[in-house]
Amino acid sequence: MNLRRLLAMAFKETLQVWRDPRSLAVALLMPLMQMAILGYGVSLDIKHVPLCVYDQENSQASRAIVDRFVSSGWFSVGHVISRESGIRYAMDRGECIAAIVIPVNFSRTLAASGSAPVQAIFDATDVNTTNIALGYAQGVVAQANAAVAAQWNSAHAAQPSLVGQTEIEPSVWFNETLDSRYFIVPGVVAVILALVGAQLTSLTISREWERGTMEQLISTPITALEVMLGKLIPYFVIGMADATFCLAVAIFWFSVPFRGSVGTLFVTTALFNVVVLGIGYLISVRIRSQLGASQVALLVTMLPTTLLSGYTFPIDQMPAPIRALTFFVYPRYYVTILRAIFLKGSGLADLWAPLLGLSLYAAAIIWLAARAFRKRL
Amino acid sequence: MAAPGEAAIRVHGLSKSFGQVQAVRAIGFDVSQGEIFGLVGPDGAGKTTTMRMLAAVLQPDEGEIVIDGVDVAAEPELAKLHLSYMPQRFGLYEDLTVSENIFFYAELFGVSRSERMSRSERLLSAAGLLSFRRRLAGQLSGGMKQKLGLVCALIHTPKVLLLDEPTTGVDPVSRRDFWAILYDLRESGVTIVLSTAYMDEAERCSRLALLHGGAIRHCDTPSRLKESMPGALLAIPAADPRGMRDALVGKPGVLGVLLMGDRVHVRVDDAAKRIPELHALLEGHGFPGAVIEPTEPGIEDVFVALLGQGSAS
Ligand SMILES: Nc1ncnc2c1ncn2[C@@H]1O[C@H](COP(=O)(O)OP(=O)(O)O)[C@@H](O)[C@H]1O
Ligand SMILES: [Mg+2]
Repeated sequence: MNLRRLLAMAFKETLQVWRDPRSLAVALLMPLMQMAILGYGVSLDIKHVPLCVYDQENSQASRAIVDRFVSSGWFSVGHVISRESGIRYAMDRGECIAAIVIPVNFSRTLAASGSAPVQAIFDATDVNTTNIALGYAQGVVAQANAAVAAQWNSAHAAQPSLVGQTEIEPSVWFNETLDSRYFIVPGVVAVILALVGAQLTSLTISREWERGTMEQLISTPITALEVMLGKLIPYFVIGMADATFCLAVAIFWFSVPFRGSVGTLFVTTALFNVVVLGIGYLISVRIRSQLGASQVALLVTMLPTTLLSGYTFPIDQMPAPIRALTFFVYPRYYVTILRAIFLKGSGLADLWAPLLGLSLYAAAIIWLAARAFRKRL
Repeated sequence: MAAPGEAAIRVHGLSKSFGQVQAVRAIGFDVSQGEIFGLVGPDGAGKTTTMRMLAAVLQPDEGEIVIDGVDVAAEPELAKLHLSYMPQRFGLYEDLTVSENIFFYAELFGVSRSERMSRSERLLSAAGLLSFRRRLAGQLSGGMKQKLGLVCALIHTPKVLLLDEPTTGVDPVSRRDFWAILYDLRESGVTIVLSTAYMDEAERCSRLALLHGGAIRHCDTPSRLKESMPGALLAIPAADPRGMRDALVGKPGVLGVLLMGDRVHVRVDDAAKRIPELHALLEGHGFPGAVIEPTEPGIEDVFVALLGQGSAS
């Protein structure tokens, strides 16, 4: 490998990207626009989930529970219902997507045992919204439990230990406020990097074929490996700059809490970029027109990335065969990694599993890419 | 490196097919060091395919190419160190400036900075491009693009230069610049293979291969090709060359008729015998007082004579 030829190729490619409005738009504008569109638009942060209340008891205690739902800000009570069948009716008409049913003997049971069931019913047509609303509901109930337990403790000071055991643990970790944006935005970053990176490199070899510069290029002593590395270096720099931009927007604009280390973020992002750029390059070697290559790149990255990476649709809720399929969807590893770094503060050691997946992927892609390009017409 | 006079390029039994099309059929030729070797033939004759195989960018189906002692099929990358190839279609980067293109190709061939500076200065000035260094290659005229292609091809020191129709669509001034550079190169011992559709250009080559239907029909120096042309050539100025051609075609002793602008070239088996006959014939077809004179054949006449009337027009 000859460093001079490699750098000459990198320099030439940089000049070309710099002078190509289309590549520049993909490199600079696409991340900005997608961050805005996906960050806001696809945000599943639902405020004021329409809620039906079927309060069979209508006591002070039951109204207190309802008040908790309302004052959380996540729910707004649209209907107060007086018959069981009213819930079905309201849901069918889309007037509410969640309902709570408070049983007749609610306050009595609560006073007697320190705990009482409240039924929550969700319209699960939209699984995501349901999941989030369910999370909210659990949060509200957890708060109520804590309050009730405190009350009950002071009233039954003699047996505090018993109550300690019956208290419900909040089941939502790491995203305490249940702000779905915290969950979505790191995923959005992964999606953007996957799309932009593959788009950029999908043009790089096909451009040479399309413009007729390939024939002269392959008549020179430059090797296939030098072509690949020389071409990928500028896009790697662009990819890392885009990543920095998107992650900064996630942290400073969308206020996603960042608990991990910048070093971990850098290493994993670099690895992800290698995979993404390698895939675009592979496509570019195979398809000799720029339009064709960029469309294939869009298709190959867009569908799996948005549907199977787990960035909006939780992987553990997918049917088993599809879940198995997601292991071949490289953004799933990076989505997992980003969320863990952001919300849990995970380090490289904690992330060994998705890192292994991503590394194997990177190795395979580089291996294929290095062999794909032949200096032949 | 081949000694002077020794074969710098040896081609033997070279063939290439694209599906049903046999683009090149078992061609063979030797080119000595310092020669300007011309591949001449009509469109589709197989010139580009041959050039591509010589440049080691296209894999031959069969046959052998040895350039400067290197077997091109076995070691294409080694051969490329000493080759420069200018494809028929402009192959430089239109979104790079003249200097940037030169820099890129100089780096690919490992040319030192000082050598790049002095060479590009000299070549650009010979090509009349000195004042266009900062211009994007895409904004150059056709002739300037071809000259820039030559500059980039010569920024390192190739032993063999391959030019595929380098002056097609190029203005006469640029063509003159172009050939001046080629003659200089020949002086310094560079072996040049070029393909051309221009007969006046073919005439400047040291040797020619007449290519037709993928095969070499004749291969010799321009003067010997002319000598080998059967019959004698007569020129007749005409106001209506087409009408005169129609009057002459197929008549006794007439081997071929070729339009050359405002003149008609007639090839006959025996000049002394046929000139009076042609006078009479033309009188009868409404061309009285035609001036019929023997003339020196050009390569185009030779080409048509050797390849047959089929490729005349
Ligand atoms: N890449 C290709 N695929 C299919 N046919 C080709 C290809 N290149 C050349 N040919 C065919 O081979 C023949 C010779 O073409 P070419 O070498 O380009 O001739 P020339 O350069 O003399 O015009 C033509 O019939 C052409 O159509
Ligand atoms: Mg050609």
